[in-house]
Amino acid sequence: MEIVKAKDVVFEYIRRDDEGEVVGITTAVDHVNLGIEKGDFIAILGHNGSGKSTLAKHFNAILVPEEGSVIVDGIDTAESERIWDIRQNAGMVFQNPDNQIIGQVVEEDVGFGPENIGVPTEEIWERVEKSLKAVGMYEFRKNSPNRLSGGQKQRISIAGVLAMKPKCIILDEPTAMLDPKGRKEVLEAVHELNKKEGVTVILITHYMEEVIDADKVFVMDAGKVVMQGTPRQIFSLVDDLKSLRLDVPQVTLLAYELKKRGVNLPDGILTTDELVENLLSLKRN
Amino acid sequence: MLRDITLGQYYQTESVIHRLDPRVKLLGTILFFISLFCFKNPVGYAIAIIFLAVVIFLSKVPFLFMVRGMKAIIFLMVFTSLVNLFATKGDAVLSFWKITITRQGIIMAITIAVRISLLIIGSSIMTLTTTPNHLTDGMEKGLRFLKVIKVPVHEIAMMMSIALRFIPILLEETDKIMKAQLARGADLESGNVFKRVKAMVPILVPLFISAFRRANDLATAMEARCYHGGDGRTKMKPLKYQKRDAVAYVILAVYLLVSIFLGRLWIFDIM
Repeated sequence: MEIVKAKDVVFEYIRRDDEGEVVGITTAVDHVNLGIEKGDFIAILGHNGSGKSTLAKHFNAILVPEEGSVIVDGIDTAESERIWDIRQNAGMVFQNPDNQIIGQVVEEDVGFGPENIGVPTEEIWERVEKSLKAVGMYEFRKNSPNRLSGGQKQRISIAGVLAMKPKCIILDEPTAMLDPKGRKEVLEAVHELNKKEGVTVILITHYMEEVIDADKVFVMDAGKVVMQGTPRQIFSLVDDLKSLRLDVPQVTLLAYELKKRGVNLPDGILTTDELVENLLSLKRN
Repeated sequence: MLRDITLGQYYQTESVIHRLDPRVKLLGTILFFISLFCFKNPVGYAIAIIFLAVVIFLSKVPFLFMVRGMKAIIFLMVFTSLVNLFATKGDAVLSFWKITITRQGIIMAITIAVRISLLIIGSSIMTLTTTPNHLTDGMEKGLRFLKVIKVPVHEIAMMMSIALRFIPILLEETDKIMKAQLARGADLESGNVFKRVKAMVPILVPLFISAFRRANDLATAMEARCYHGGDGRTKMKPLKYQKRDAVAYVILAVYLLVSIFLGRLWIFDIM
């Protein structure tokens, strides 16, 4: 069953000058069609300005499409009276960890979402405990968010979304401001949620390494979905990705170059282990 | 100097006063302030001082810690006292050149000094014994009746707690911007006051831009988490009155009655 469905979505940013005259229109999302299956781990790739973040904001009705429609768990995002249902079903984590934490104590921040949707007090505490444990931040529940690392803050934000019991989580470049350690922490937490809790994950990113374990990848450029498929399918098209100003993981690139020079390797190698395996088997034969 | 102001700081310790419901402390402080402006004779102030001394003792906050916070306001206190000393008309006690000091002026000056110190210590007691979080919660719930006259109590409380949360973040940011500007040769330390104020502009402008950007991000994040004002919102940590809060209210009422009654009784008048 499709949990998120975008039909012919168009969204434009209109720039106006001081008098309110239109000086330019940027089509950030241009006739996008996509469907996301329940329980999947989806990655949306694209370089800066490709429209991926704008598209993501449509999935929980922060933005409403100008043309076409977005349907989240059976509800059209244009139905403004059901906006809170949509936002509860589709939680969102943003890029800057400092600018999305509201509480002055970790547990209070996680409780913010449930408070807003009117969950009774005892249940808020249960949900907070469960969500913090799910992201491995339970022992920090009494801390001030200001004293935590970036990766820890992002895990708190994920817990905050999780406490609202969403069916799907949209992460808008959650690791862009983190160091490699923080990135790893956050991705591990997200994968765990996807596997253990069965939450649909939509990860928006421009880091190729984060995409490897996804079930399906959408590549965006200039507001359009230009490629879609499994990571293996996508990464076998090295030249196409390069023309979209996207990199491929180092290992994939190495395998691709080797193959071009005549080494007999399969397409779309994603991990170091895989490459080693293939090279060894070549040597044995 | 900014660091010296204890007003608005929390002093971490265990005491009866710390455990009181923030609404009690909020209302208590307001009523204490009102009582100070009702007195007409020294007996009222004496009772207020005794009352405050008992509260300070119970709160276990060191008195010196509290007084340190008054340093910044001493100038204001001395200034208003002096103005009152020279400007009050009445029976002359001392007069030289064009200045006359009256008996009423002396009494007025002392009264003002005592009143200001009591106001400051009284309010710092509240902030020293209540966490900012608790205080905003108390405000939200305790002042809810103001909603009738369309005061957005929940929104004000939310703004206060967000402001408190962002103080350390913005301080850090200021530090970063300062260093960045210093690295580009900005001179923040030398010159007269005007020059130094002018030198702050390249720090304040980026700081404001970043603060607005943060505010925008935060608003989006809050909306994404279903924030839609105070209606239909539940509380994770709801405030509940305990027995001690009732006792505190009774003590407060007794203090008010006794102090205002004796403080306004004509037989103690000295004016």
